[in-house]
Amino acid sequence: MSDNELMEQIDATVKENQIVIFMKGSPMQPACGFSAAASEILKATGRPFAYVDVFEIPGVRDAIKQYTQWPTIPQIFINGEFVGGTDILREMSGNGELDALLATLEPPETAEG
Amino acid sequence: MLPEATLTSLIRAALPDARVEVEDLTGTQDHYAITVISEAFRGKSLLTQQRMVYAALGDTLRGPIHALALNTRPPRDGEAAPE
Repeated sequence: MSDNELMEQIDATVKENQIVIFMKGSPMQPACGFSAAASEILKATGRPFAYVDVFEIPGVRDAIKQYTQWPTIPQIFINGEFVGGTDILREMSGNGELDALLATLEPPETAEG
Repeated sequence: MLPEATLTSLIRAALPDARVEVEDLTGTQDHYAITVISEAFRGKSLLTQQRMVYAALGDTLRGPIHALALNTRPPRDGEAAPE
């Protein structure tokens, strides 16, 4: 994929999924502690989320850093917007900001009521 | 590999009032946990705060530093001023 195509794919992925994490490895098998921590926080929300394993697609690891002008992985997007990395997600999870943000999303199909 | 002192001075160059605490997580000078406390962060989102630190660190994240845990915030009321 060309650089432009990669950027477009990233843009589409971010806009088509309520919650998406670009991470090392997968939520089932994270390849790095920071990615593991972030995906655990997302799992704990009980909401479905998408992930991109940056090791799986050539070029995406650099492309996502270009897209957000952010130098580290993982990168979490909610409602089409870049939220930050693990530290920010952890902070938001701890102070209620994450719940508040998620509450603004359309309910997932597997809502717990 | 990048020494703590270099990280601190890079951050202090961009944020002169900052209190910077650096912890080497693995003893190999490439996995760090950094806390930055600065008045410049007040009123800014966490994302913006962290972008400011990343901007200060520049190219170090493309090479010498492999992992970075970052904690940023403005000073709390009554918190001691940095030395």
